[in-house]
Amino acid sequence: MTEIFVGKSSNLKDDAQIIVRGARGEIGVFRHEGAFYAYANTCLHSGGPACEGLILPQVVDVIDENRAYRGQVFDETRMHFVCPWHGWEYELKTGVCVGDRKQRLRKYEVVQRGDDVFVIE
Amino acid sequence: MTQKTPGAAPRDVRFDEFHSQHSLKNAAIAARKRNYQDFLIVDVDAHHYESESYADVFEFIESPVIRRHAIESSRRGGRSSMLGGAVGDQGLGGRITRHWLRGKERVEDTSKHRDITTTLRWMDAMGVDYCCLFPTPMLFLGTHPQVEIEVAMARAYNRWLCERILAHEKRIISMLYLPFNDPDETYRMVKDFGDKKGVVGFMITAPRYKPVHDNAYMKTYRLLEEMGKPISFHAAYNWSDQSLALTNRFISVHALGFMWFNMVHMTNWVINGLPERFPKLKVMWIESGLTWAYSLMQRLDHSYMMRTSDCPALKRKPSEYMREMFFSSQPMEIPDDPSILEATFKMIKADTQLVWSSDYPHWDFDLPGVIYDQPFLSEQAKRNILGGNAARFFGLDTAPVKNIPIYE
Ligand code: FES
Repeated sequence: MTEIFVGKSSNLKDDAQIIVRGARGEIGVFRHEGAFYAYANTCLHSGGPACEGLILPQVVDVIDENRAYRGQVFDETRMHFVCPWHGWEYELKTGVCVGDRKQRLRKYEVVQRGDDVFVIE
Repeated sequence: MTQKTPGAAPRDVRFDEFHSQHSLKNAAIAARKRNYQDFLIVDVDAHHYESESYADVFEFIESPVIRRHAIESSRRGGRSSMLGGAVGDQGLGGRITRHWLRGKERVEDTSKHRDITTTLRWMDAMGVDYCCLFPTPMLFLGTHPQVEIEVAMARAYNRWLCERILAHEKRIISMLYLPFNDPDETYRMVKDFGDKKGVVGFMITAPRYKPVHDNAYMKTYRLLEEMGKPISFHAAYNWSDQSLALTNRFISVHALGFMWFNMVHMTNWVINGLPERFPKLKVMWIESGLTWAYSLMQRLDHSYMMRTSDCPALKRKPSEYMREMFFSSQPMEIPDDPSILEATFKMIKADTQLVWSSDYPHWDFDLPGVIYDQPFLSEQAKRNILGGNAARFFGLDTAPVKNIPIYE
């Protein structure tokens, strides 16, 4: 088990995106609403840098009580990070692939010791 | 134990800089792992954004009247202009970050056009030796209501491309845009540009409303056949097309549109017996993926046996002619069941007729791995599809010339 230094918590603002180098490849670390999440930075599609894209909410079709379509909204409670190569989306809190929920990115544990943040590989 | 690898310090993800090669670092690592440096890889369909060079391209417009329209109207971006643009957000609301970051790419070498530098950067990262470069907004020029504008832009762009890009970099080649709405100008284009450096054929953008079997085009096909220059049909969509206008999302118009026009042109090409009339003319179908061909072969063969009188020019089944044509691979559909992909490869005779393409930097680009990682292909078949078939099609040297960067 290896601890990889990510940074000082006090320097990592909310929505920070940091890439660290692990023995098995790069790892993307996100800070969102105070919590840390870390995933393999290798997209399940074509190996792109999955953690180096935008963080965006789930898009939702609004369907009214008559089953009629009433436009689209962002659901800010379901945040995704988006692989910049072709747009595969992953849930920020789980790494689950939005287009095929059977797939998910390898998740890493993040620990904090004092002000230091580490990913455990 | 705490590890801090020298030279691999944590880094911030940045949205204020871009580099075509570094953004494909993972592709370069994959290319090295698969030893792409050992064999030829040809990308038969890649793009640049000619609109970023319009100021220069417009200077090549021969008619002073049209040139003035182009220059003046382009000064007011976002308002109506001579060229307009296609509706459709290819960049997925900014999710494809290279589309909006690309303007931040720094190119130090000013001795040649920056598109040469940026193109070679991504080519090396992917492991590509030669790429066939196409424009982007001009893919939609075939639906321009003013035929003379299509002709003027086609001639200007082709001359610009030959002089600014192709003349300076042998690894970048092109099949030049044909202003197909004007058959005489189409012929003149082949005559005037067929022997220019780096011109390996000619391309017709598929969204348009002129049938490929019109007699007016026969002299051009004949000329191409005599010159040994291939012809290709590059797919795109037209969201104003009456049928495609029924779709309400980009995913829909893209999925259908990129197949639709090529299916129509292919059907006309085969059923009117053009392969019999021009048996030596090499034909390539670009950016429709593979499943359309798999499907169309079966559809046409099925009807052909009952309706040979509809197409007496044919001496064989439609699929047999189609199997002698070339198909670019991207966007390559990858079904969950690999046996379906294997069957598709078999149907189009992929070993000799399929040519890999990236479509980079567009949103749905493919890496060479889509071919190289298919377990049902022999090493020789992989190499044919990735480069050997294209080398045969274009008449390219087969020695690898790329320089894949080392990141690990
Ligand atoms: S590699 Fe990530 S979306 Fe394609």
